[in-house]
Order: sequence, then C-alpha cells, then structure tokens
Amino acid sequence: MNTDQLLGALVADGAAAKSPIGRSLLRALAAGVAVSLVVFFSTLGIRPDIRPALETWRFDLKIVTVVLGLALAFGVCRDCARPDMPPHPARRLLPLLVLVVAAVAVELALVPEASWRQRLVGSNMLICLPMVPILSLAPLAAVLWMLRRAAPASPALAGASAGLVAALSGATLYAFHCFDDSPLFVATWYSLATLAMVVVGALLGRRLLRW
Amino acid sequence: MRLARQGDDEAYRRLLGQVAVWLRAVVRRGLASAGRGPAESEDIVQEALLAVHLKRETWDPSRPLGPWLRAIARHKLADHLRRRGFHDHVDIDDWSNAPELAVEVATPAAIDSRRLLASLPERQRTIVQEISLEGHSAADVAARLGMSEGAVRVALHRALKALAAFYRRENP
Repeated sequence: MNTDQLLGALVADGAAAKSPIGRSLLRALAAGVAVSLVVFFSTLGIRPDIRPALETWRFDLKIVTVVLGLALAFGVCRDCARPDMPPHPARRLLPLLVLVVAAVAVELALVPEASWRQRLVGSNMLICLPMVPILSLAPLAAVLWMLRRAAPASPALAGASAGLVAALSGATLYAFHCFDDSPLFVATWYSLATLAMVVVGALLGRRLLRW
Repeated sequence: MRLARQGDDEAYRRLLGQVAVWLRAVVRRGLASAGRGPAESEDIVQEALLAVHLKRETWDPSRPLGPWLRAIARHKLADHLRRRGFHDHVDIDDWSNAPELAVEVATPAAIDSRRLLASLPERQRTIVQEISLEGHSAADVAARLGMSEGAVRVALHRALKALAAFYRRENP
C-alpha cells in the first residue's frame, strides 16, 4: 500500500473529528465518579454530622482543597493527553501546594504542640489510606481508557496524571465521610493515598498508553 | 483542518496530501541526522499519517496546527529509531550521501502491502483493498458486499486502528 492509497483510506474513514479530547476525558471522569459514588454510598456514606461540620472552617477548607485539587489535576491530565504537551504541566498544581502549605501552617499556629500528634494520626487513617484508592479505581480505569484514544507526549506522565485525577476524585468523595478535618491529617494521609495512585497510574500508563 | 473537522472530505484530502509531503521531508531529515538512509522513511510517514488521522481529536482547534504535527512526527520518528537502533549500527557511508538521497521520487511503496494486509481479518482486508488500492467509495463497497455503508465505515475504522497497532508491533 503506498502513501496515496493510504490517504484514500483515511479520507474514506471520514474527515469529521469526534469531540475534542478534553471533553471526552471529562465525560470519562464523570462516568468513573458515578461508579465510585455508588461504592461510596453503599460502603461509607456521608458522615452523620454533616450539617454542623459544614459550619466549621476545617471541614470547608478540606472540601475546598480536594475540589481545587481535582480541578487542577484535570487540567494537568488534559495537557498530558496531547502530543504537543506544554512544558511543565505539573506547574498547574502550584495553587494547591500553596493552599495545603498555608493550611498546615495555620493549623500548627492555632493548635498547641501537645495535640499535633493526635490530629495528625486522627481516628480514620486506616480507613482513609485504603478507601481513597478504592474510590479512585473506577475513575482511573475510565480516564486511562479514554487516554488510549489520545496521543500523550509521555505515556508514563499521562498515566501519572490520570492517577492524580482519579485519586483526587476519590479523595473528594471520601472527604464527605471522614471525621478528621485537620489540615495535618489531610496533608499527610490524603497525599500518601494520592501518591500511591500516581505511581500506579504511571506504571499502567507506560504500558497502556503507547501509540 | 478546521474545515475537515466539520466533515469537508475534499479539504481533508488536500490537507493530508500536504501533510504527507511535509512529513516526508521532516522524516528524511530526521533519519539523515540519525545517520540513516531514506529507505525506511515511507513507513514512518505512513505511521505518522495514521496517527494524525486517528488522533485528530487531540488537536485543539484554538491552537496552531504546526506544533501538533511536529510533535507527532517527532514521536513517530523517535519511536522508530528506538526500535531499529537497538540492533542496527549507524552507517557512516549512508550518512555522507544523505543530502543527495533526500531528493528521490515521491511515494514509494512502504511495508510490503500483502504482509500488512494479511494481518487483518478477511472482511476488513477486502474493504481496505477495495477502498485504498482500487479507489472505490465506501458506498460502492457497501453495495457490493451487501453491507450497510455505516458497517463498512466501522470496519474500515477498525482496520485503520489495526494497521496502526501493526506498525507499532511488527515494524522491524
């Protein structure tokens, strides 16, 4: 088959493009989160004291942190899906980093040193560490599957970004269940769970996202 | 490309034609600077064209097309060199001749088409042959095979994806 013949086949396949990859990724993420929502409500559920919790700044800050992280991570993932990925896609996460560091600093200033340890360890660590990854499995699968239609400049990086988006969507759901609202807890255990998913995503991406 | 996204097949054909010419030049230059002759260039051109087609949703219409195309060409060239470079040595003689070799006839056949087509299931193979080698339209092929035009298009699309996978796997 020479190149002109190949061109004929490509044109016959149709010129019109499907929806842009960013929108497809968003749809995939939404589908994955829908599955995780079912898992969330059938296992953990929203904490019973959600109304009073909403009036505490620590809970609100926790929600703002994970939602901001989710939005920024989605931007990173969309960038990573393109062959002409902009340099340093992770730079988008800077506002998240600033927010987390500031929140930790405020918490350390407000709370006496004696109770740092108790706030860091919290009461839910052993649930948080496995549940954030479990709630991010379906989003990870959906986003990776959609990224196979993309053309990532770096498959491993794109996989890592998928792990990041998935972990933050899992963390967003989990945050509504967890009683530990201290920024010390969030910055430590949520980050650890997220890091694990980023590594899983990178390893899967390197295998699955080559094109 | 903007027209093509709206389904203007003629615009798409013109665009892909121009992209093919441009790719051929870029790929040969890339091969030459890696110390390789242009013999493999058409494989890479075809592989990159398949990627341009199959991955066209990753181009953001609000951005220029050039950097996106360059990124795909670079990716496919690097991929090819990595696969070949593993067991090949750099031929110095070839390297010194590269500038003259770069002016060669257009569109030589790439990979042996029979081997490539043989990798497809029969129905897909027939459709690709009728459309690409014999130049029939999807509607003609559909009538002849007693399939709907939509089914022919689906089979063609699957075949193109399979070809892209074939290049990735087999291209020695």
